[in-house]
Amino acid sequence: MTLLRLDHVTTFYGQIRILEDLCIDVGAGELVCLLGGNASGKSTTLKTALGLVRPRSGRVELDGEDVTDRPASYRISKGMAIVPENRRLFAPMTVLENLELGGYLADGDREQALDRVYGLFPRLHERRTQLAGTLSGGEQQMLAMGRALMSEPKLLLMDEPSMGLAPVLVEQNFEIIAQVNETGMAVLVVEQNANMSLAIADRGYVLQTGRIALADSAAALLQSEDLKKAYLGR
Amino acid sequence: MARIGVDEWVAESDQRTEGYRGRASPLVAAWDRVPPAARILLLAVGLAVFPLTTGSDFVLRVGINTLLLAILALGLNVVVGWAGLLDLGYIAFYGFGAYTYALLSSEQLGIHLPTPLAVLIVLVACALLGLLLGLPSRRLLGDYLAIVTLFFGQIFVELVVNLDAVTGGPSGIAGVDPFVLLGFEFLTPRDYYYLTAGAAVIVTLVLYLIGESRTGRAWRAVREDPLAAEMMTMPVNLLKLKAFALGSAIAGLAGSIFAAVQIGVFPRNFETPFLILIYAAVILGGAGSLAGAILGAVVVSVSLELLRDADQATVLFYGLLLAGLLARVRPWRKLAAVLGGTIALGLALHAIAAAVWPEAVAGTPQATGALGDALDAWLVLPEGATTAGNIGFVVLVAAIILFTQVRERTRTLLLVPVIYLAAFVWEARLVQEPSVTRQLLLGALLVVVMISRPRGLLGSERKEIV
Repeated sequence: MTLLRLDHVTTFYGQIRILEDLCIDVGAGELVCLLGGNASGKSTTLKTALGLVRPRSGRVELDGEDVTDRPASYRISKGMAIVPENRRLFAPMTVLENLELGGYLADGDREQALDRVYGLFPRLHERRTQLAGTLSGGEQQMLAMGRALMSEPKLLLMDEPSMGLAPVLVEQNFEIIAQVNETGMAVLVVEQNANMSLAIADRGYVLQTGRIALADSAAALLQSEDLKKAYLGR
Repeated sequence: MARIGVDEWVAESDQRTEGYRGRASPLVAAWDRVPPAARILLLAVGLAVFPLTTGSDFVLRVGINTLLLAILALGLNVVVGWAGLLDLGYIAFYGFGAYTYALLSSEQLGIHLPTPLAVLIVLVACALLGLLLGLPSRRLLGDYLAIVTLFFGQIFVELVVNLDAVTGGPSGIAGVDPFVLLGFEFLTPRDYYYLTAGAAVIVTLVLYLIGESRTGRAWRAVREDPLAAEMMTMPVNLLKLKAFALGSAIAGLAGSIFAAVQIGVFPRNFETPFLILIYAAVILGGAGSLAGAILGAVVVSVSLELLRDADQATVLFYGLLLAGLLARVRPWRKLAAVLGGTIALGLALHAIAAAVWPEAVAGTPQATGALGDALDAWLVLPEGATTAGNIGFVVLVAAIILFTQVRERTRTLLLVPVIYLAAFVWEARLVQEPSVTRQLLLGALLVVVMISRPRGLLGSERKEIV
């Protein structure tokens, strides 16, 4: 079953076309990665999916429902959650407060959601009274994911999770993503780090100047010579 | 800010940890250990006991003004400290509340509503006006919001001055009814002191509960990062409107009490200088902290009151000068040299001036008693030295700016003449104009506090995520 579908989406910033005729599917429970170099349209794809940018043509479907004209808050309440680029935690607030804010609209059992997040990230439970700004980089990434998971989404969007992290932490980070995905949650990872992403993903898309250059299973993409070409240009 | 590697990040983690710094830190640390319920109880008991220590109506009036400023600071703290909205029109809600109460309880329109009903209407009307101002402003950020709200405040005063038929124009509304609650009529300053104190405690309690609620947390999140808050599905615009409405209602409450205490309302009560005092209280106390807003209001209000009287102001001036020297000049040898040098310089100059040109020492300092006699023998002060005082003031400002720019060694040397010049300017000019001097000294106090505690007296350190 398809959770998120971008159907022939074309997005403009003013006069400039960023995305052209883009088709992307993320199925329930799938881990999909969206790869591409600088200025290939990765972030715009994510913004279009989330509703921060409206496509000029094409449709965005969430869980079978056409949400093209719906605002971001609606889409989020329908089961999307995002871990934003640079994490964007509420630095002077505690870990617990950050988590509680993540479940701001959720009407489910708050304690249960907290337990689930603490189960995934015991480190967050240990540090729940600490201010978010004082966490280490890896812990901050855990908190950013935990905060997103508090609304109990069906689909988690991740914007550049490896950005600004040391290689060791990047690896740890992707393990966390794989772990979250194993709980049955669909994840769409937008990344520059192709090898790392493809190692954990089921499928991958490669973007090049706003178009899908490659779309295949992760294993096939890892072997592909075209991936290097798409990244480095012809 | 440049992004740095995570290993460095971890290594520097200690430096980012919130800690207690500065001279007052043990006090702040102790305060942080007091549980919230005990703090509010402490506030209530303190406010209840205070009037027993005095029989003076004047002191009680100062108490009322301080408490009103505290309530206003608490309300402004919701908008500025929690939601992070720079609202420069806040004073208008205070005025609107006062005028609404006055109109509903005076001969102006011939209406005399029962107090609870009038206050309820004031609260609702102020909250609605807050929403109204919030509606066009909620999409504005920072400076833009500040400009729009600043104009709103100005428009309010203009309207009040010009709508003579309703507001009484520049002469305001006199003969406002006193508060009557449960059959008790509030008449004396003591009555109103307890009323205002009760209101302040209730406002503090309510704000504490709201601050710890989901909405309170969301306000702080919106202040920190509106985009991230939006991504967490927080209704950012609605939250801003809520903050505006709550802050305005609290200002309206203070306004209605003020109207009853003053038995009248006048446009001049609600002009920008008073807004600056409310901001001073919030910033001095530490934006975002309830106890800070109250403490800030007390410091601002009490220091302004002390500076009103020339004698007290003089004692305060020399006291602060001495305290500053004691706190900042180290080691003791240097301090002794500076103090001794200052005294010697004064005595020498005084002796020379008295011998060469006796008129130069003909003036008498403002202070009386031992301090006055000592100053008389130390300071070269001609009779009616207004012009010399003006020149001295300009030179003093220049000298202080120079003082902050030179090297440590020169600074110590410069300290002696600067202190002497400051004393001269104080006696020759500043003490003659108490209304101006108060503002100057309050400004100086703010600068000093903000340099030593940038987040205010009880504000917590802000952290950056790198």
